[in-house]
Amino acid sequence: MPPLPAGRVLAVVTAPADVLSIPCVDVDPTDPAVMALAADLIATQRVSPGCVGLAANQVGIGWRVFSLDVSAHPKARVTHGEYVLVNARVVSASRQEKSREGCMSVPDFTGDVKRASQLVVSGFLPGSGEEVVLETDAFEARALQHELDHLDGLVFLDRVAGAHAIYPRKTYL
Amino acid sequence: MTATLAITVLGLDRPGIIAEVTGQLAELGGNLQDSSMTLLRGHFAWTLLVAVDAGPADVQARLARLTDEGLVVSVLVLPEQSPGGVDGTEWLLSVHGGDRPGIVSGLTAPIAEAGGNITDLTTRLGAGLYILVAEVSLPGDVDVTALTSRIAEVSAQLGVRATLHPAETDVL
Ligand SMILES: [Zn+2]
Repeated sequence: MPPLPAGRVLAVVTAPADVLSIPCVDVDPTDPAVMALAADLIATQRVSPGCVGLAANQVGIGWRVFSLDVSAHPKARVTHGEYVLVNARVVSASRQEKSREGCMSVPDFTGDVKRASQLVVSGFLPGSGEEVVLETDAFEARALQHELDHLDGLVFLDRVAGAHAIYPRKTYL
Repeated sequence: MTATLAITVLGLDRPGIIAEVTGQLAELGGNLQDSSMTLLRGHFAWTLLVAVDAGPADVQARLARLTDEGLVVSVLVLPEQSPGGVDGTEWLLSVHGGDRPGIVSGLTAPIAEAGGNITDLTTRLGAGLYILVAEVSLPGDVDVTALTSRIAEVSAQLGVRATLHPAETDVL
């Protein structure tokens, strides 16, 4: 990924904020404002304990941009390091697996969610606007789908696996 | 004064029970909090907490139509104290095997002895097959290996299969 300007740490919004339920809009990946947002997402993600990804609407901005870094996570297999993607979309998804996930924007609950464990995603790098296609699996696949859901206006509660698959979150990272 | 009431509704299931109960509570200005409902062999079973500016007797009276048709409704005032919990690690206990007396007591006793707390529980009886799934919080200092072997011992005695695995949550 091309170098980004220094980012600011932004406040993470929590449900039921409207911005989390509205699909984000495509933006120009070469726009300096998009590059600045990319830097802010990375900066915010880095200072948030346990945070492996952040969607733009989680910091209150309805643009189709997210950051991700699962490289330090024990469940990750394929990883692509720390990056930001703009206007990203799922190309293909297969092999559903159920797992329990939480979200910084839903701090009091966790839930069981089925997600594909084999995933191909395409998107654009901020700054250069270069199109990239990422093929990944396991935890990076899950995290990508969680962030892309945010950009579509969905949180994990929208995909929960059953009426008894929501749990109070007792431990905070 | 607004109190938190615990309401239970039990009885033969039919469509519309939840809509009727919540409709009556809404007319009392009640604010629903946590609740859990399931069917137990066709019987409707619901426990709910509601913050409402009305006493248990008023709520009972509002739900009289349900009791008239045979549903059992109880309403009690919840004490104003924060419940204690276990701060530690989260686990999932799943058990299945031939039905016989003592499965639930046998497998939950070692957890209780270890200071563990069951935070969610489902048991089901199929055609001779008994199933238990429990969410368990274990204190940080519990010897999980010892607990796992105690559970294995008990399940061998009972002739059932039991597994205790971590219920990990990944924050995304
Ligand atoms: Zn999230």
